[in-house]
Amino acid sequence: MSIERREIEKLATLSRIAINEETISEVSQRLGSVLELVDQLQAVNTDGVEAMSHPMQATQRLREDEVTELNRREALQAIAPETEDGLFLVPKVIE
Amino acid sequence: MHNLTIAELVKGLQSKEFTSVELTQHFLDRIASLDPAYNAVITVTAERALQAAAAADQRLAAGNAPDLCGVPILHKDIFCTDGVRTSCGSKMLDNFIPPYNATVVENFEQAGAVVLGKTNMDEFAMGSSNETSFYGPVKNPWATDSVPGGSSGGSAAAVAARLAPGATATDTGGSIRQPAALCGVSGIKPTYGRVSRWGMIAFASSLDQGGPMARTAEDCALLLNCMASYDDKDSTCIDREVPDYTATLSSSVKGLRIGVPKEYFSEGLHPGTEEAVRAALADLEAQGAELVEISLPNSALSVPAYYVIAPAEASANLSRFDGSRYGYRCENPKDLEDMYCRSRAEGFGEEVQRRILIGTYCLSAGYYDAYYGKSQQVRQLIQQDFVSAFENVDLIMGPTCPSPAFKFGSKGDDPVAMYLEDIYTIATNLAGLPGMSVPCGMVEGKPVGLQIIGNYFDEARILNVAHQYQQASDWHTKAPEGIA
Repeated sequence: MSIERREIEKLATLSRIAINEETISEVSQRLGSVLELVDQLQAVNTDGVEAMSHPMQATQRLREDEVTELNRREALQAIAPETEDGLFLVPKVIE
Repeated sequence: MHNLTIAELVKGLQSKEFTSVELTQHFLDRIASLDPAYNAVITVTAERALQAAAAADQRLAAGNAPDLCGVPILHKDIFCTDGVRTSCGSKMLDNFIPPYNATVVENFEQAGAVVLGKTNMDEFAMGSSNETSFYGPVKNPWATDSVPGGSSGGSAAAVAARLAPGATATDTGGSIRQPAALCGVSGIKPTYGRVSRWGMIAFASSLDQGGPMARTAEDCALLLNCMASYDDKDSTCIDREVPDYTATLSSSVKGLRIGVPKEYFSEGLHPGTEEAVRAALADLEAQGAELVEISLPNSALSVPAYYVIAPAEASANLSRFDGSRYGYRCENPKDLEDMYCRSRAEGFGEEVQRRILIGTYCLSAGYYDAYYGKSQQVRQLIQQDFVSAFENVDLIMGPTCPSPAFKFGSKGDDPVAMYLEDIYTIATNLAGLPGMSVPCGMVEGKPVGLQIIGNYFDEARILNVAHQYQQASDWHTKAPEGIA
């Protein structure tokens, strides 16, 4: 099983991963072999089986709406690629 | 000193037989001289370690120090360490120095344990051989042409080579148990929710769980005592008292019912591995345990279900690495889109990219129900297998992995061949159950692991049985050539 080139390109766009033209056929083949593996699931009868997302059926806890975190902007921005005046800098988005 | 267990080190430190500074220097020297051959440690924090050791010695002198005070350990490089690079085995985080500690790291720091450094691992914990690390593969101390297992291969190899008496690790599909088995050490993956995931870089959030590795089950108990805690900062952590895991180690195994799943002894299992595991089961039977053949009929579905759920969750978790706020950013991005796409293409390795693409596929419009939804249902079936089995048995045992450590490159070209390495370990992650691997034999000069799976929050019983097994066997005391 292999995935079409068009589909790989779409996945790469959705994943925001620049994909190299030369590697597309290899990626397609390897993804195909993984999908072949996971396609075994399609033969399983799961009618009426509830999907499981937490082993102990735990639900998200609620807490009081209070400030619990300190403002650590400087420490957090010290490791950023580029900052200015307390803001994260990225390439220009709006002309 | 490096051949002493953590339990013995605790006694030695508390009775002032040696100091933590001496002990720490000894292990730092071993890392410096031996690790170039294994590549188990990515970052050594010598200066910090010696400072922490000096502080631990003061606490020990004052009396009433916690058990692990002054004991040197290594952290897997997936746990955030304040001020110390945390790479997760990736170029993406090669420059990442977290401004905070993971809860697990904080727990050990509070106890006065000394951190020697950070261990190598498969990139973002995605791998079973350590071959996906940006820092190069870890070599198995038992056979340096073979893999140490993964993803916690650095932690396992470091403990096997006596570079540290214990290490932290994480397990999403077998990443504690499989490397522990291949390197001949003991390692336990606790129940999902037992150990805080806060500050532990996320791979597949509904499966990831941290746990300790050491040479003995008793040492794992000591480490888990410190590692397990309820944490408000991890919303999936379960609020439940942490027992003293060392308190029940000496209980007898008499009358214990051990389920032996027939699916774990089928095609693909190395005959030498099977022989070693059967011999270990016979040893436990001789100690008074009862072996019961059981069936986990949906076992074969665990690998396909896992390879939907884990990549799907990973594709969401890893979307945070985009070159904006921390980590790798490509050179001269021409616009925002280019910055995202090239930073991720250049920062992530091949296997990580493959899993992100697969995960994105499984979650994309039109495929969600067929893949992710279906896998979550299959997950329920796999859990039900275990729930039914535990109505009749106390523990489940079998091999940790199908064969001993394989050679580098031998599964490199086919991702599926590598994925099948975790065929016996993945189901417990899907079900959220605790599981352990302990050394139980040697095949072709390489270690074999016995897997012990327990019911929810039954870590104490797993450790107890593992300890009883180790009282009557000596596989866990064996050292690779040139190590003793």
